Amino acid sequence: MAVTLTVNGKTQQVDADPETPLLYVLRDHLELNGAKYGCGIGQCGACTVMVDGEAVLSCVTPVLLLEGRRVTTIEGLGTRERPGPIQQAFIDEQAAQCGYCIPGMMMRAQALLQANPSADEAAIRAALEPNLCRCGTHMRIIKAVMRAGEAMRQNSRGGGAI
Amino acid sequence: MRALRIIAGLATIVVVAAAAFVAYAWRSAIDPVEPPVQANIDRALVARGADLAAIGNCNVCHTAPGGQPFAGGLGIPTPFGTIYSTNITPDPENGIGHWSEAAFIRAMREGVDREGRHLYPAFPYDHYTLVSNEDNRAIYAFLMTRKAVSARIPANELSFPFNIRMLLAGWKALYFREGPFQPDPNRSAELNRGYYLTEGLSHCGACHTPRNRLGAEKKGEYLAGAEVENWTVYPINANSPAPVPWNADSLAIYLRHGWHEQHGASRGSMAPVTANLGSVPEEDVKAIAAYVADVMGTPNQERISRGEAALAAARKESETPLAVRTAANGNGVGEAIFVSACQGCHDGRRPVPFGGLNLHLSSAVNAANAQNIINVTLFGLPAARGEPSAIMPAYRGVLNADQLVALLDYMRKRFSDKPAWTDTRERVVATMNGQREVPIYRMDGTTQAPPETSMRTAPWP
Repeated sequence: MAVTLTVNGKTQQVDADPETPLLYVLRDHLELNGAKYGCGIGQCGACTVMVDGEAVLSCVTPVLLLEGRRVTTIEGLGTRERPGPIQQAFIDEQAAQCGYCIPGMMMRAQALLQANPSADEAAIRAALEPNLCRCGTHMRIIKAVMRAGEAMRQNSRGGGAI
Repeated sequence: MRALRIIAGLATIVVVAAAAFVAYAWRSAIDPVEPPVQANIDRALVARGADLAAIGNCNVCHTAPGGQPFAGGLGIPTPFGTIYSTNITPDPENGIGHWSEAAFIRAMREGVDREGRHLYPAFPYDHYTLVSNEDNRAIYAFLMTRKAVSARIPANELSFPFNIRMLLAGWKALYFREGPFQPDPNRSAELNRGYYLTEGLSHCGACHTPRNRLGAEKKGEYLAGAEVENWTVYPINANSPAPVPWNADSLAIYLRHGWHEQHGASRGSMAPVTANLGSVPEEDVKAIAAYVADVMGTPNQERISRGEAALAAARKESETPLAVRTAANGNGVGEAIFVSACQGCHDGRRPVPFGGLNLHLSSAVNAANAQNIINVTLFGLPAARGEPSAIMPAYRGVLNADQLVALLDYMRKRFSDKPAWTDTRERVVATMNGQREVPIYRMDGTTQAPPETSMRTAPWP
């Protein structure tokens, strides 16, 4: 069966069962391996992507819910040459250790900062709560998100993209 | 002249009646005292007061989101406007530091503050009036040994005439009967204790009994269920919607731990209650459970059979490999969503609370409306802090109103033998657009870190 999905601005047909979790379609069909398989039951946040600007757990989201919706993955935030503000901030703060949780962290942070670029530390902590990190780089992650918020505020003052 | 005399006569009657009412409603102030020296308060009394305050859920209303415990400031929505809970820390300026023990006992027993003002029954003195002086003294000792917090409470936002406190004397004349509790010699000691706690400190009826237009509990619909803070409060009398009938044992486990394998996890406004009951003496929880089970009554054969059928259906699904059932499904958006998004956790293969409840056992799908399922589906169950708990991911970001309505209709049809809900779409739309504001509670204990004491958080993103 074919499902139509819009991922990172590109609309395409995918040969997948409508009940397939989005995560599997992203990784197995579209070869977008940024979103990670962690727990598979929506409890760790490693699979977080954005749907119409909201952070969503792709491992428990069947693709049948996503017709006409805009899915954004970590690959849609920037490239190796031109990282997006959130990616650059995570690099600058060296916020990853093993890195497995980081794409999910970045996607949830991106959703937060798009909705509220001036989110303070309390708001960031509250928003990132569903995402687990077992290495313990939380403090750097929070610093990186605050740094990204600052960059986004400057960008938007300069008329640039978030 | 004659007309003037009549007017003058009527005016006199009105003035006399008003004066009589004021005289009736008047309560004198109790003199302020210096806050008691904390070190002089008996520690054993404080410890007992801590348990009693937990049974009374004082912290739940008297703590603002993110605020200091017992410092008040939580806005409580009522049909008459918003009432802000008071600061009951020993702060002399903003709290009850100047209250003597006698003033505290009068507030609990009569619903009158130290200055002599009638209190709104949002403070459930219609229940607290049953509390014994001995227990009140322990609660007073507990509160007076809390950290004094200098937090000023916003003024109530009540419309006329509800903003006139003196009129509450009339409300009390109509609906309030002063305690304290008198044990019933025909009841067992445990049931008397259970009645005392359930009706008194625990004030279960404050949420579980519906209220009339003047905000008083309808005595004729005792524990018959209601709607509070846009959470549906289930009937806990003979009309309990639980597929497997509750009994004293299952209620005691649920109240103490916040979940039961045949009933699921406590959430919504009940989560702070079960969190509080996790730390109090077990006999007290058992007494409450015994009393509530007594109110529910012994289930008849039909109820017992229905419960057994539900358990059998749930057991069968938990033993069937998931793939077989997925392949066996036909069309229908609701079914497709359920099978692909919900069933993976809710098939009952992993036991409650870390697995989802098999919905054949769910009170929510058998309730009068879909509100509780709407709330947990959209906002999830956030993880408790510092302890393991039930958890559910939020689906607010993916489900649109049509999809959620289809899912709910399917769940009702598949898991309940009751007729279809009729107001599901209105509830879904109003909850999604925020018109129905839903506070999300955590399952963790109120004895934990301060900002979480209230467990009221913003909807989970």
